[in-house]
Amino acid sequence: MKILRLRKEKLDLFASVVQQFGELHAPVEQDGKYVFKRLTRWAEARLDYDRTILPPKKYFLPPRETLFRYRPGEGFLPSTDGLNQRIILFGLHACDVYSLNILDRVFAGKYADPYYQARRRNIAIIGIDCTPDKQCFCRSMRADFVDHGFDLFFYDTGDYYQALVGTALGDDMVLATGNLFEAVDAADIDEYKRRSWNKRRAFHLDVEIRDLPEIFEMEYQSEIWEELGAKCLSCGSCSMVCPTCYCYDVGDDVELGSRAGKRTRSWDSCLFADHALVASGENFRGPRASRIKFRFYHKQRGFVAEYGRPSCVGCGRCTSACPVGIDVVQVIDRLRRVQDVASR
Amino acid sequence: MLLVDDVATYQPIVSGNPYQPHMARIVRIYKMVENNHLFTLRFLEDNLAHTFRHQPGQFIMLSVPGAGEIPISISSSPSRPEVLELCVRRVGRVTQALYRLHTNDVVGVRGPYGNGYPIPEMQGNDLLLAAGGLGMAPLRSLLWYALDHRDKFNNIILMYGTKRPEDMLFREELLALVDRTDMNCLLTVDADPAGTWKNHVGLLPTLFDYAKIEPLHTYASVCGPPVVYKFILQRLLELGFPKNRILMSLERRMKCGIGKCGHCSVGYKYTCLQGPIFTYWDAINLPEMI
Repeated sequence: MKILRLRKEKLDLFASVVQQFGELHAPVEQDGKYVFKRLTRWAEARLDYDRTILPPKKYFLPPRETLFRYRPGEGFLPSTDGLNQRIILFGLHACDVYSLNILDRVFAGKYADPYYQARRRNIAIIGIDCTPDKQCFCRSMRADFVDHGFDLFFYDTGDYYQALVGTALGDDMVLATGNLFEAVDAADIDEYKRRSWNKRRAFHLDVEIRDLPEIFEMEYQSEIWEELGAKCLSCGSCSMVCPTCYCYDVGDDVELGSRAGKRTRSWDSCLFADHALVASGENFRGPRASRIKFRFYHKQRGFVAEYGRPSCVGCGRCTSACPVGIDVVQVIDRLRRVQDVASR
Repeated sequence: MLLVDDVATYQPIVSGNPYQPHMARIVRIYKMVENNHLFTLRFLEDNLAHTFRHQPGQFIMLSVPGAGEIPISISSSPSRPEVLELCVRRVGRVTQALYRLHTNDVVGVRGPYGNGYPIPEMQGNDLLLAAGGLGMAPLRSLLWYALDHRDKFNNIILMYGTKRPEDMLFREELLALVDRTDMNCLLTVDADPAGTWKNHVGLLPTLFDYAKIEPLHTYASVCGPPVVYKFILQRLLELGFPKNRILMSLERRMKCGIGKCGHCSVGYKYTCLQGPIFTYWDAINLPEMI
């Protein structure tokens, strides 16, 4: 991999050059929190942000998007709205880049999703490293570093950003700046290693994910699920803010006064009461406890069976967003805890 | 709702879009049973009509423009191509809209999806098909596939039960099978108040008394409402069926049919990709399956 360095004070210059590759979006402060948003000027970007309210999935799987328009006599015409828009998404943390790599697996395969794929092709990713806070557990989820899925990734090494060039597009961005980027030397690499070590020690949270699928199977009847079901409001906030939750609903809308219309898809959540409801009235996950159990089960057990790793990246958003304080790390800890039944 | 007059200008959209519905004409609506009509469809694109092939047990995503898209199992056998037969119960919003359509109206179809029955494994074995009520819809595809490739299978037994004679789906064609000597077609009704039913009367499991079954050389395909699974599975296990020789066809809410939308997941599998045909062993291992 091509590795270069960029003097920190040159970052704004880089940002202005890179805009020729697309519309620049980055984390911006909004009411004391952060959101990914189109920049009107570079100074708005807050690269020291902790986490955005919504993850970058909103760019690739928009909360609501038109799949088809249909007209009598013409059938279903695929929509291309917004698919060709070029965007530079600046300042993604490793966990968020990792989450896109996970979504890539879901939206690829035999039935590749052309809407997601088009957006993924047209949106460039520039990552930046971060310092874990009290809610981060990406290290436990093996998502504290990414080796692919970005065009460029910047590591803070004091006076410089060390830049990993991930794609040919990333390389073009570097070249477009002329000689803004420099070669790295041994001291830079040492500085990177020192900081990597410090980052590792900065985590407050740690969960063990090895054999977690087995423990989920063993604790399938645990009373914890009933307790969580009683607490959970089924608001679906955790799904909306989750960078890897991809469930969606599809619906047809007819235009008033005509027989034409459109087919749209929108974000959905397995916590919603009708997620597994069929027309006959049968609901395969009716009780709230079974819905919240399913969400944990699918992330930490189901996804491992399907794709070889949990779909959780440890970004901490669900814990931040939950109005009743359901904490994924606490749930896993509790499932792993030895009950000490023998001494009771 | 599209009318046939509008169809002439239709241009098939050639793309790699897996969500693309292909328009199909309703060529026949047969009112088999009240609110359980059989819809026969043919693709408008001739090429697609000729080349569309499915496996018994697979399903399609059916679009009723303006109402939505739903998964429907294919009731016709791939050995009888060119048209698709769908047995649809009027039960939800989209099926209500489908029931408002007429012959020559146009709907959208994409697929086929799902794994279908494991035909290569089943070949050379006895087949036991056990269905209750609407469960006959997916099994009929397998039934006619087996009868049309009769030499590929050993004994074929069909057990089908409904509440009353007038509830029996595909009644005429199934009654015609009773006389066939190369299969054992057992039909029963829970009750026959009118006294006109010439076949068995009694609950579905009573049909086991009329069938010779060798569990180790048989694949049992079961489909029906939960009560059917409960009693038939219990009976099959008592007979000594290995759990991977019991095949079940599941229904779930689906929005995509291709493993993306998340609705049809059972445990860690998707009904649309790894199903809808699951073995009883899968069912034991996947929570909330039945």
